[in-house]
Amino acid sequence: MTELQIWTMAAVIALVTAALRFLPFVVFNGKRKTPATVEKLGRLLPCAVMGMLVVYCLKGMHFSALSGFLPTCIAGLVVALLYLWKRSTLLSIIVGTLCYMVLVQQIF
Amino acid sequence: MKQTIKAAFTATIPVMAGYLVLGFGFGIIMHACGFSMALAVCMSAFIYAGSMQYVAVGLLTGGASLLTAALTTLMVNARHLFYGVSMLEKYKDTGRCRPYLIFTLTDETYSLLCGDNAAIPDGEKHRYYFWVSLFDHLYWVAGSAMGAAIGSVVRFNSEGIDFALTALFLTVFLEQWLSAGHRAASVIGVAVSAACLLLFGPEHFLIPAMLIITLMLCLYKEERKHD
Repeated sequence: MTELQIWTMAAVIALVTAALRFLPFVVFNGKRKTPATVEKLGRLLPCAVMGMLVVYCLKGMHFSALSGFLPTCIAGLVVALLYLWKRSTLLSIIVGTLCYMVLVQQIF
Repeated sequence: MKQTIKAAFTATIPVMAGYLVLGFGFGIIMHACGFSMALAVCMSAFIYAGSMQYVAVGLLTGGASLLTAALTTLMVNARHLFYGVSMLEKYKDTGRCRPYLIFTLTDETYSLLCGDNAAIPDGEKHRYYFWVSLFDHLYWVAGSAMGAAIGSVVRFNSEGIDFALTALFLTVFLEQWLSAGHRAASVIGVAVSAACLLLFGPEHFLIPAMLIITLMLCLYKEERKHD
């Protein structure tokens, strides 16, 4: 590809991404009443989407070897238990990530 | 004002770890594929969508058509429609910075801002949204620039550090669950995504999962809260 083609493609990707981000705000711009269903979705989606993102992050797990799932499970459990105990996002993430790094680099 | 910036910075530290590293990785890959640092930085500044940028490297090196690039972006980034719908209320009266807030609404920024942010006073909320969005954006661009500049010079075994983002989503999910937000919605999100992952495989499960989640939440009847 030529330099121009490369930059054009990058621009197209940027435009489509921005369009997706702006679309809901353009469609429901407050001039008309936002439909009740959309308002309900707005309340419920954060919980559902975060569940979806957690699954999305775990999609690389496989069960053909211990290393395919054990580091993720152990580190995930550390994050969850530490969070339930201390309720500190930062602490959970730092300890959980260090734990995961040690597991994938040194042990599995 | 100062306190708001400080609160925003503290909140974004987990994202800083993830974004610097993932941005760095993107910069290195761009460098390795022979693309300029200017392109890497511009893509991070103006596309600003992590997974899509990694996919974009493949499109650029593979010589895909513009239509393929557009459709792929549509598929990979369709989840951003979700974020917009749930931020309509929050971003309603944010004034001049509203376009910027919408433009920079990534997975991670969304996960930081979709909650109550109860510790931030009402009058400061808009500024808080702005600073969180800006800090995250800067981490990502800075990471990419460093990756593209340093390339393969530095050896640091960062394998596994991207788990920081998984951990971030996990803690936000737990917080929503504990604060008794909408547990049925949390369950629907996890169960439908997991089922679709098993059915459609890791490459194709996101779109069907989003459609089914939306459908189920539309049909779901909320309990009336007494307040």
